Amino acid sequence: MSLWQKLACVILALVLCASVAANWLAPAGYARQYREATDAPPSRTHWLGTDEMGRDRFARVLYGTRISLLLAPAAALLSTLMAALIGGLAGYLGGIWARIAMAVTDLFLSLPWLFLLITARALMPLNVSPLVSVLVTFMLLGLLGWTTAARVLCTTAGSLRGSDFVRQARAAGLPGQRLFWVHVVPNLKPVLYAQFWISIPVFILSEANLGILGLGVAEPMPSWGSLLKELEGLVSIGEEPWKFVSLILLVVVVTSFQVLLSKQEEMAA
Amino acid sequence: MRSLRWKIAGHALALVATVLLGGLLSATLVRLAPGFDADERELDPHLSAESVQALRDARRQDHNVFRFYFSYMKQAMNGDLGTSLALGQPVRTLLRDRAPLTLRLLAIGLALAWLLTLTLALTAAWLRLSVYDTLTTALSGTFLCIPAAVLALLSVLWNAPGALAIALIVFPHTYRYARNLLVKAYSRPHIITARAKGLGEVRILFWHVVPVVTPQLLAVAGVSVSMAVGAAIPVEALCGLAGIGQLAWQAALARDLPLLVNITVLVTLVTLLANSGADVIGHVVRGQEA
Repeated sequence: MSLWQKLACVILALVLCASVAANWLAPAGYARQYREATDAPPSRTHWLGTDEMGRDRFARVLYGTRISLLLAPAAALLSTLMAALIGGLAGYLGGIWARIAMAVTDLFLSLPWLFLLITARALMPLNVSPLVSVLVTFMLLGLLGWTTAARVLCTTAGSLRGSDFVRQARAAGLPGQRLFWVHVVPNLKPVLYAQFWISIPVFILSEANLGILGLGVAEPMPSWGSLLKELEGLVSIGEEPWKFVSLILLVVVVTSFQVLLSKQEEMAA
Repeated sequence: MRSLRWKIAGHALALVATVLLGGLLSATLVRLAPGFDADERELDPHLSAESVQALRDARRQDHNVFRFYFSYMKQAMNGDLGTSLALGQPVRTLLRDRAPLTLRLLAIGLALAWLLTLTLALTAAWLRLSVYDTLTTALSGTFLCIPAAVLALLSVLWNAPGALAIALIVFPHTYRYARNLLVKAYSRPHIITARAKGLGEVRILFWHVVPVVTPQLLAVAGVSVSMAVGAAIPVEALCGLAGIGQLAWQAALARDLPLLVNITVLVTLVTLLANSGADVIGHVVRGQEA
């Protein structure tokens, strides 16, 4: 592991710890309003000031980070499992199954990711409770984000199907299902890990895009997307630089994932 | 030549099938969306019972998604793309009015993105300075980590044109591929030999590097069109630009089935045409090389 990758690990661990400890670091919570101090600049009581509804920005950043950082991996896990099931199985079975799976992935990939995501999210109920909106947003990311990974897994599983050890196992009379779970899936693991790690920053950014467009997590629950929506009301950058903290944090976290990704990609190669 | 014809025919067939399936997928999504049956116009107290019934009857036709899609296709063959439910205007007029802005935005955005990509990637491959390489990689990496919608917001804040936001959204993706391709091409033994023999950089570029990297760069160019189309949605929606991206955004929010199906078909068509075009040109280039 290089120095940059170690640094990325430390940053991610720190951010994750801080977000998990949000209850202790910001005990007032993300929804409490300080009506006497709306849109206030940073102070001793509010380290990052308050938003236009008088809510403590520091608390909202911590809680928002927790939601984005915990649910993006959950969505990545869902999409990786779907990709393993669809792409891995289709590649292993080959023939018509592989062709059908690839046609479906081609169909999804022919639509730009953001267009597909926005369309699908807008079609889901928008006036729902904050918790449901969180689940809908991240579940949608997981359910739609499997296509690229499925394509890679289909190709990998296809090449494994023709490999000597799988042929020998089949010739020795190992049933197809057992062969898939015992011999094919373990060999797909490096690709699965890589796809999982690749998906996390993609989903974090996608949630942020949805949030800014008003299709992400519903108020008052914070997420990086809903926090970044605040930038819409800015008149100039220099006036209230503290409003950029959530953006800086997002960029730092996604960069850390990208730095770690190169290691995962090497492992998958 | 024969293989090229087969390739084009195969691409055309796949393109038509995918576009049709894309439209059907979009129609199905809208049909299955919760609240599809609800129509706010029915709540208007000024409407008579007959008018409300007429609205319901009109909507009932859309209930069967296959029937809707079949009748849509039949009308589309005659040039009638239907009427937008939310905007009350013919979809054809809406698309025709907004297409020029989006096309201009995409063309300028892509041109800027590729200008930046090729300038930085070529200089990185030529100079082979680790500091410069690290700087350009960090620059592209930073833009890669900023959400597209934030770049759109920043362009509003700085009064920068929307095309620049699209360029900065596309650039980091294209740069990574272009840089790797060019660095790999420049490290080939015959190019190192040519350099050692004193061949000029321009000659090396056009005689030895460009033919090698063109097919792959064309494939990336095809994919970049899809990225730019996706980026046009937040850019147009947040920058207040009345293009097709903004229309797609409005159609999705209003669950406007006719508009959404048409935009999906259009977006799929543009994306696939760009990818297939790049693939076919790449095939021709490879054929000429051989």
